[in-house]
Amino acid sequence: MKPEELKYAKTHEWVHVDSAEGGNGSMATVGISAFAVEALTDLVFLELPEIGKQVAAGDSLGEVESVKAVSDIYSPVTGEVVQVNEELPEALQWLGEDPYGRGWIAKIRLGDASALENLMDHTAYSKLCADEES
Amino acid sequence: MNLTLAETPLHGWHTAHGAKMAEFGGWSMPIQYGSIVDEHHATRRAAGLFDISHMGRLIFRGDAAGPFLDHLLTRPVSQLGVGRVRYALLTNARGGTIDDVLVSRLEDSEGPFFLMVVNAGNLQKVTAWIESNRSECADADKEGSLEFEDRTLQQAMLAVQGPRAGEVLAEVCSADLAGMGYYTAQCTEIDAKEGIVSRTGYTGEDGWELIVPATHAETLWNRLAQVAGQLGGTCVGLAARDTLRLEAAMPLYGHELDEDISPLQAGLEFAVQLEGGSFVGRDALVQVAEQQDYRRRVGLVSSGRRAPREGYPVLVSGRGIGSITSGTHSPTLGVPIAMAYVDREFADVGTEVSIDMRGREERAEVVELPFYRRGDT
Repeated sequence: MKPEELKYAKTHEWVHVDSAEGGNGSMATVGISAFAVEALTDLVFLELPEIGKQVAAGDSLGEVESVKAVSDIYSPVTGEVVQVNEELPEALQWLGEDPYGRGWIAKIRLGDASALENLMDHTAYSKLCADEES
Repeated sequence: MNLTLAETPLHGWHTAHGAKMAEFGGWSMPIQYGSIVDEHHATRRAAGLFDISHMGRLIFRGDAAGPFLDHLLTRPVSQLGVGRVRYALLTNARGGTIDDVLVSRLEDSEGPFFLMVVNAGNLQKVTAWIESNRSECADADKEGSLEFEDRTLQQAMLAVQGPRAGEVLAEVCSADLAGMGYYTAQCTEIDAKEGIVSRTGYTGEDGWELIVPATHAETLWNRLAQVAGQLGGTCVGLAARDTLRLEAAMPLYGHELDEDISPLQAGLEFAVQLEGGSFVGRDALVQVAEQQDYRRRVGLVSSGRRAPREGYPVLVSGRGIGSITSGTHSPTLGVPIAMAYVDREFADVGTEVSIDMRGREERAEVVELPFYRRGDT
């Protein structure tokens, strides 16, 4: 997936919605941004959400731990977790090498698509990252 | 309140070389230049170069300097020969730890003196403690002169650590480095400037620490960084300094030590000389030693994959028996490690405990410290 085509949360998760309408029932793929992976560095542990879990936008979706600290992954959307990237905890390097592809974390069937409106496009997100850098 | 952060003489270099900077002890310090794990391994395998200019450096001169320091430190330094370095603690009247320090006995063109290196975040507190005790001593009409000076801002301090540290340092220092015993120090020329070199460190590796004039820091750093790089070493930030010292089970003030923790509780008996001593806090420590009912500092290795962090509860049969003071994923051992304080009956090596990792219990075992000893691999 191209980073330019994704939506982003302030907490550095990305979302890809795989239908043109993007309404309720659409499938959203969620991961964490290259910026977040770069900021965390030296990842040692990832906890995936359970399949079937109902999450609201802003709920914890799992956690990622680096040598330095542990961080929550927040769901950028509201819905039901229907699939997780089972191989990822044993291949944490994918988060760095391919954060928008093989580094995906979960697929969520949207329950309330309105939460998508609170997300940023790539331009706005890039600006947020630049601000956090300085 | 200090609202602006102090900057080391190498601050500009760090930011120009992409270091992530953050506050530590009132200073803006490099946390990492790239990967923490890479910096950690480079130190264990070759050489790590550290900017530790934030450490406080205090100089004591005069006839009364030795007796005065003996009055404040958990073991005496007045009888140290020139060139010797000693680890000791400053304790309050309750036996709690004000700071852990290194004291070197040295001699320069102005005569003999003591150098005390203190933790960055404790410099103001230690300076105030010294001043208040000094006026008490003056009231008591103790004989002899005492000059006391804080040299922190005039100097830079660097550490070169790791199996190839000696080769790196030999580039800039013609002193007989290999001939220096561990915990010795000398005034010598470093890169043609007057400085102090000591065979000390905070990584569990062999290595040296250097003190040079602040104005010369960047020139020296560049030379050392270049040589270290050629030998497989690198510049190392505070994050890897923390994982290195944790593997070596060295206490970090604010985590394993504070004003309510005695050196005995921290397992630092080797640095406390109760017999014959008359230092501040001694009487309280004698009582602590008699009672023996305090929590002990222990090492834990967890069987899970998550790293224990400061403040996580340590449990036995669901009951809280202690808490984590420092923890990480050990880059050298590849497992989660931690230091913790636990009730004495659970402090024996081999004791099985669990750690409450954000609501989920992971099993862990009390192990012998340190986690890593050089030459073990």
